[in-house]
Amino acid sequence: MIPTSYFIVLSALLFVLGIVAFFVKKDLITQFLSIEVMLNAGNLAFIAFAKAHGLIEGQIIVFFIITVAAAEAAVGLAIILLIYKQKKTIKSEDVNLMKG
Amino acid sequence: MALCQKYNLPYKMQEFLFFILAIICVGAVLAMILTKNPAYSALWLVLAFLGIAGIFGLLDAPFIAAIQIIIYAGAIMVLFIFVIMMIDVRKGLSPEKKKWTLFLSGFLGLVLLFELITAATGVFSQLKTVGTENIGSPAGLGRLLFTDFLYPFEITSVLIIAALVGAIVLAKKKENE
Repeated sequence: MIPTSYFIVLSALLFVLGIVAFFVKKDLITQFLSIEVMLNAGNLAFIAFAKAHGLIEGQIIVFFIITVAAAEAAVGLAIILLIYKQKKTIKSEDVNLMKG
Repeated sequence: MALCQKYNLPYKMQEFLFFILAIICVGAVLAMILTKNPAYSALWLVLAFLGIAGIFGLLDAPFIAAIQIIIYAGAIMVLFIFVIMMIDVRKGLSPEKKKWTLFLSGFLGLVLLFELITAATGVFSQLKTVGTENIGSPAGLGRLLFTDFLYPFEITSVLIIAALVGAIVLAKKKENE
């Protein structure tokens, strides 16, 4: 079978690409999408280690992560819609209510 | 590898499938970074999620692969595309861009990738292929979910209700203003 290290390297690569996308992109929606990429990279590592150790618990963790990601997407997108209604922009730089 | 044993896939074939799927995933995420339009980014991400679902299938997790396609590539991305349709993305974005953030984040990404690989290589040597038996059957997963993981499962349903109520409250608030 394929060595587990291949999957871990792919997972690390996807996670780093997600972080780079988060910093390169300027609009809130694409930044939110890159968070989903990072979550998926974590899922891939969980599944790969579950396979390597022969334990099914890793897959159950991934099941919960996907459920939480769905809840997070619903609330986050509602917040992005609210920001757009109030400020007429989805650029993350323009959302500086806290002067950060 | 239950699925691969069932269909009698040789090692070369599995490796070939892995590399094809990995190239699809990484290429789709790169295309997501490079496209300007958020709608195209979302569509590229659907392709990346499909590739990841294929890799889950290779890793003996058919149930997780199925919910990856149904929930991630289906439900969550449709939600994203709905919101992109409601927002005028051309008005929300301005064309000016800074070059240095690209270099800086690329540098950060390289450093982080190096660090992650270095941290993981310590583990690689201990990872013999311990379990080659069939671990990922949906029956076993469901049985574990309703016995050992019953409380997390129920708490997750409360979390989903909370997210639902929160999203509705946030969406209602803007109509009162």
